[in-house]
Amino acid sequence: MRVLLPSLLLFLLTVAAHASVEVREFSGPEQEARYKHLIEELRCTVCQNQNIADSNAELAADLRRKTYEMVRAGKSDEQILDYMVERYGNFVLYRPPASGGTLLLWIGPFVVAAFGALLLIRVIRKRRNARIEQPVGAEAERLHQAEALLRNEGDNG
Amino acid sequence: MKRWGVFIGFLVIASLLAGGIYMAKRDPGFARKLPSVMVGKPVPDFDLPELLDPSRRVTAAQYKGQVWLLNVWGSWCPECWKEHGYLETLAKRERVTIVGLNWRDQNADALDMLRRAGNPYAAIGVDPDSDAAVDLGVYGAPESFVIDKAGVIRHKHVGAITPQVWQDEIRPLIQSLEAES
Repeated sequence: MRVLLPSLLLFLLTVAAHASVEVREFSGPEQEARYKHLIEELRCTVCQNQNIADSNAELAADLRRKTYEMVRAGKSDEQILDYMVERYGNFVLYRPPASGGTLLLWIGPFVVAAFGALLLIRVIRKRRNARIEQPVGAEAERLHQAEALLRNEGDNG
Repeated sequence: MKRWGVFIGFLVIASLLAGGIYMAKRDPGFARKLPSVMVGKPVPDFDLPELLDPSRRVTAAQYKGQVWLLNVWGSWCPECWKEHGYLETLAKRERVTIVGLNWRDQNADALDMLRRAGNPYAAIGVDPDSDAAVDLGVYGAPESFVIDKAGVIRHKHVGAITPQVWQDEIRPLIQSLEAES
């Protein structure tokens, strides 16, 4: 058992490492760079937040292969990304275009941050004003009376 | 004034959370489902060998002029086993043309499944390398596409076809598509 478990784990590790190695042939470094860039831009749609370059999921392997075939066939980056979006929607892009429904995704964080900053500024201003606040209304009147009282006592004494 | 701001903020967050809970209750797989971008587009022109008779080809063009169901399945997929019996009922009782897309499977395993669970399909295209599947935007199995007489995808259902899905989603659609010329 003491030997079995580590060796089993080691075996599983080598299987996983083996699965992610794919041999691809390119006509030149430019084509290879394009392929690598594209598979980093495409999302594995069945994974949690992984691109197809990093994922071992079968669907990711399928999409890598499709991307490779299209790169080899001389398709442009735009054609390949369009092909994927037509079939899997904007979700397949790691950086979806800022339009329509995805606009909220792009500007949402900034709106929330701006709202937070506004709130912070208001709170800070309020605290600062509270510290140097002058008495008003009934309170000011009572202060006046107290001062007058003190003056009178001074005159008498 | 300040109270109102807090109240509105609370309402916004609460309605977002309530919306999420409502969607998840209505459809438990909702968070994993992608919007069906293929709906309204013509079915991709696949051309695959037939599982039972490899000398034949299965193409989308063969089904032009009729309303049909394209069902993506594999013997490795538990949900496919679940819906298989019901698909057979549909093919027999409701006379639906169901074309199978045997995805990422071994032929021997697929044939074994048909022997054990029956064969609801008018024809089965073999797609071990996901050529047609990726073209269709498939990301899991089972997935079913309702295709009209002009060869346009009109609906996509992700997950098993249950009697309720059939009654509520697919049968009414197929009936109205049959009525189209």
